[in-house]
Amino acid sequence: MSLVHEIDYGTPVSKSEKLVTLTIDGMKVQVPEGTSIMRAAMEVGNQIPKLCATDMLDAFGSCRLCLVEIEGRNGTPASCTTPVADGIVVKTQTERLKQIRKGVMELYISDHPLDCLTCSANGDCELQDMAGVVGLREVRYGYEGENHTKLGKDESNPYFTYEQSKCIVCNRCVRACEEVQGTFALTISGRGFGSRVSPGMNETFLSSECVSCGACVQACPTATLNEKAMFEIGTPEHSVVTTCAYCGVGCTFKAEMRGDELVRMVPYKDGKANRGHSCVKGRFAYGYASHKERILKPMIRASIQEPWREVSWDEAIGYAASEFKRIQAKYGRRSVGGITSSRCTNEETYLVQKLIRGAFGNNNVDTCARVCHSPTGYGLSQTYGTSAGTQDFDSIEETDVVLVIGANPTDGHPVFGSRMKKRLRQGAKLIIIDPRKIDLVRTPHVQADYHLPLRPGTNVAMVTALAHVIVTEGLVNEQFVRERCEWDEFQEWAAFVADERHSPEAVEKYTGVDPAQVRAAARLYATGGNAAIYYGLGVTEHSQGSTTVIAIANLAMATGNVGRNGVGVNPLRGQNNVQGSCDMGSFPHELSGYRHVSDDATRALFESVWGVPLDDEPGLRIPNMFDAAVDGTFKGMYVQGEDILQSDPDTRHVSAGLGALECLVVQDLFLNETANYAHVFLPGCSFLEKDGTFTNAERRIQRVRKVMAPKNGYADWEITILLSNALGYQMDYAHPSEIMDEIARLTPTFTGVSYKKLEDLGSVQWPCNEKAPEGTPVMHIGGFVRGKGKFMLTEYVPTDERTGPLFPLLLTTGRILSQYNVGAQTRRTANVVWHGEDVLELHPHDAENRGIRDGDFVKLESRAGSTTLKARISDRMSPGVVYTTFHHPLTQANVVTTDFSDWATNCPEYKVTAVQVAPSNGPSQWQEEYEKLSRESRRIAEAAE
Amino acid sequence: MSHSPHHHDHSHGAAHSQSGSHKTTDDRLVYMANQIATFFSTQPHAEAVDGTRQHIRKFWDPRMRTRIAAIVEHGGTGLSPIAKEALEGLSRPAVS
Repeated sequence: MSLVHEIDYGTPVSKSEKLVTLTIDGMKVQVPEGTSIMRAAMEVGNQIPKLCATDMLDAFGSCRLCLVEIEGRNGTPASCTTPVADGIVVKTQTERLKQIRKGVMELYISDHPLDCLTCSANGDCELQDMAGVVGLREVRYGYEGENHTKLGKDESNPYFTYEQSKCIVCNRCVRACEEVQGTFALTISGRGFGSRVSPGMNETFLSSECVSCGACVQACPTATLNEKAMFEIGTPEHSVVTTCAYCGVGCTFKAEMRGDELVRMVPYKDGKANRGHSCVKGRFAYGYASHKERILKPMIRASIQEPWREVSWDEAIGYAASEFKRIQAKYGRRSVGGITSSRCTNEETYLVQKLIRGAFGNNNVDTCARVCHSPTGYGLSQTYGTSAGTQDFDSIEETDVVLVIGANPTDGHPVFGSRMKKRLRQGAKLIIIDPRKIDLVRTPHVQADYHLPLRPGTNVAMVTALAHVIVTEGLVNEQFVRERCEWDEFQEWAAFVADERHSPEAVEKYTGVDPAQVRAAARLYATGGNAAIYYGLGVTEHSQGSTTVIAIANLAMATGNVGRNGVGVNPLRGQNNVQGSCDMGSFPHELSGYRHVSDDATRALFESVWGVPLDDEPGLRIPNMFDAAVDGTFKGMYVQGEDILQSDPDTRHVSAGLGALECLVVQDLFLNETANYAHVFLPGCSFLEKDGTFTNAERRIQRVRKVMAPKNGYADWEITILLSNALGYQMDYAHPSEIMDEIARLTPTFTGVSYKKLEDLGSVQWPCNEKAPEGTPVMHIGGFVRGKGKFMLTEYVPTDERTGPLFPLLLTTGRILSQYNVGAQTRRTANVVWHGEDVLELHPHDAENRGIRDGDFVKLESRAGSTTLKARISDRMSPGVVYTTFHHPLTQANVVTTDFSDWATNCPEYKVTAVQVAPSNGPSQWQEEYEKLSRESRRIAEAAE
Repeated sequence: MSHSPHHHDHSHGAAHSQSGSHKTTDDRLVYMANQIATFFSTQPHAEAVDGTRQHIRKFWDPRMRTRIAAIVEHGGTGLSPIAKEALEGLSRPAVS
């Protein structure tokens, strides 16, 4: 193995279809019109010296190193800013060019510290390379003159340093922050000799608006911006291309290694989801994998009052299997079940559901999608015929109108958020439907055309009102509807939404939004060109989550915004492999590929390969499991890589359910909150330690590659095999590729998927089968998967979670950029400098009425429970609405959330909880009790000598 | 039938009065059945009943269906008319 070196073509690719032929250094070259001469030269392997150019950024033309000569033209133009032209003859290496370049480099080096041997970028420095390339052998000016070589270092960012003395002011970092990330946190301050890269207004990186995405570090050609790991470890010697284990974007990274030590994660330009970009989590927050709290040995205990006892793998697996068998013998076949992990690979998820169906003999399997995007699966399968988003991420590049509803892409899906911002800066229009003033409402060079700040819980009223405007104002794309959709259902729907009670004016009493703004937004969506809807958990996590997904699907069909690039319905999936875990048959009513367990032919197919009869009845969903546990009919659970105690709503009910189990097996990296109630702990492994695949929000199946041996001894898929075999249901796979081969045999949308194909193509988007051997970037082209698109009626039903005198505010919960889900991973990294605790955001008016100041401890109470946390006063919130995150276990925001859930899927209503907020001087009783339980439950007995 | 959300065929109130962690499983099942019936209640009556029934048949585990069947047999207190009619036509699972 060696380092994966990606070619830097110097300037971005041109998308022109018109080809231009020119001659470079005597070679004929044919490239698309608009290509730079620099890129055209690199296409034929001729690397023109450069410093300020890199193909992630637009050409800038400042370093004067990439000059060329063109026959018949005067001077020496910069090859990065000069486009190709038909018939031109270019020379990249002449005596004149050599002299100019050497002179330029001489000037650069005269103001650069000559500490190459001890520099963190030694061997990884473009300035060093260029000095060699131009043959620089002396610096005639000396080093005594005025210079920058004694300037200080900014080490405020936990992951990288800014060493000003090494800056050549090439602007690459500033441009990366603008063009790639879209944060505009960096600038060049001063003029002439005084010009310096400056975060914000001459602030430190940490105190500036920098979001630590790493784009500047990636772009820097010197050691000016460099990972601290490069200082501490040294340069890497080999790299492995793999997929990030955070969020549903699914960024591709090069894991750059020295031996089996991970030096750094570098975003891979060929990654089709991220196109070379990254965020603070994927780029830097991987230290949890070697955190001291990670558990590496299996443990068991007879009751949760006892301390844990470290045991051998054989003993732990044997004990778990015997307990599950005992429970089933006593309470029946359906008294046990399990939860697959959306953080684990497709292959691992597939095996867990196979274990439950095959070894346990029932369908009591569910996954975290239950509490996030299960309504997406239901709503889109009913209307379009498939349980997934319609587009690839590249589609945004052809979008004219972006409608974001209930999503906060710059925090939740930051790399895609950056791509969205780029398109918006190019002129696409933006509609945001969200109770909060999320960053996209107004951020540098982006401003929403319409922000509709609706009251939480009124999505259906809002989206149906948009449909009302589209129908009553004659904005329906009738040709599309007649050709692609069920006409009778459409007519029924059109009559339904046209009713006056769905007008923006009529629903204002629910939504609180100015009807004129709603009308204008509807007109823009219907008439502004390619319109695409992006949505998140602000849509799904409601009692009418599925209804809103259906309403969104209706809207896209009515306007003809499905089935081509630039449009569509795009759920921004939460966890890295939540799409995959759903695809793999993690739901209790479906086998892989979304086929119901009651379908005899499907079961027969699986039975023939699995060699075991399958239950034809749907199993329990996660919240039903807790109910059944409390009722005494559900007694054993195998939970892989999820922390349901912290992530699921109404914590007291969850803890009652978990506490009622006779055998809870948790497989995880850490003793998470769920493990407080566990009897068997099986140490899991990180994404760095195993092979497999993840499927991202655009249905893209990507390889996860092992870069080091599992610290716990086994990959997660191997542990599931051990457990299954101990249960008496034999599994025999030598490598995850064999599991994928079985998935392909059994799943119509995966029949063309294999590790060989993933090696060849890099990634594929399902469906990948005989009809689409290289996958399907955009779905429903020419027709819907279900045949004709189906309009469905979406009556608004207010949630029963109501505000009143005791609970006058509405709480909505969510995520922030630096932390991920329950925080199990990110809390164990330096990301805590940005978010060390959950805080309650509330509007200044609500704070003033309650005598609350910024930073005060407050009690947050609902009908379900109470917790305490610090207040942050923010005008991002509307009056009457408060917000917090659920990243920290001591806050336990879900003690407050209720058990109301989506009518179709039981997805919890996290986004609407009636609460009261009051000043507080200490933790709630629940927090004190839970902290004690947690401390005692995590005790590990000293090993006997 | 009326399409006004305030005249809807749903009886969430019964379960809602026991909001939070104090609901029994029976309360939850009745509440969930009513929620499902509410969604389908925009459709003609026979379709609404059938849609509700099929949804419960497709997504509820046998012990949940057995349990709600027992509630129906005892008069179906708290169930909305559509939910009740849907459940009356739903056969008990063979094995719970």
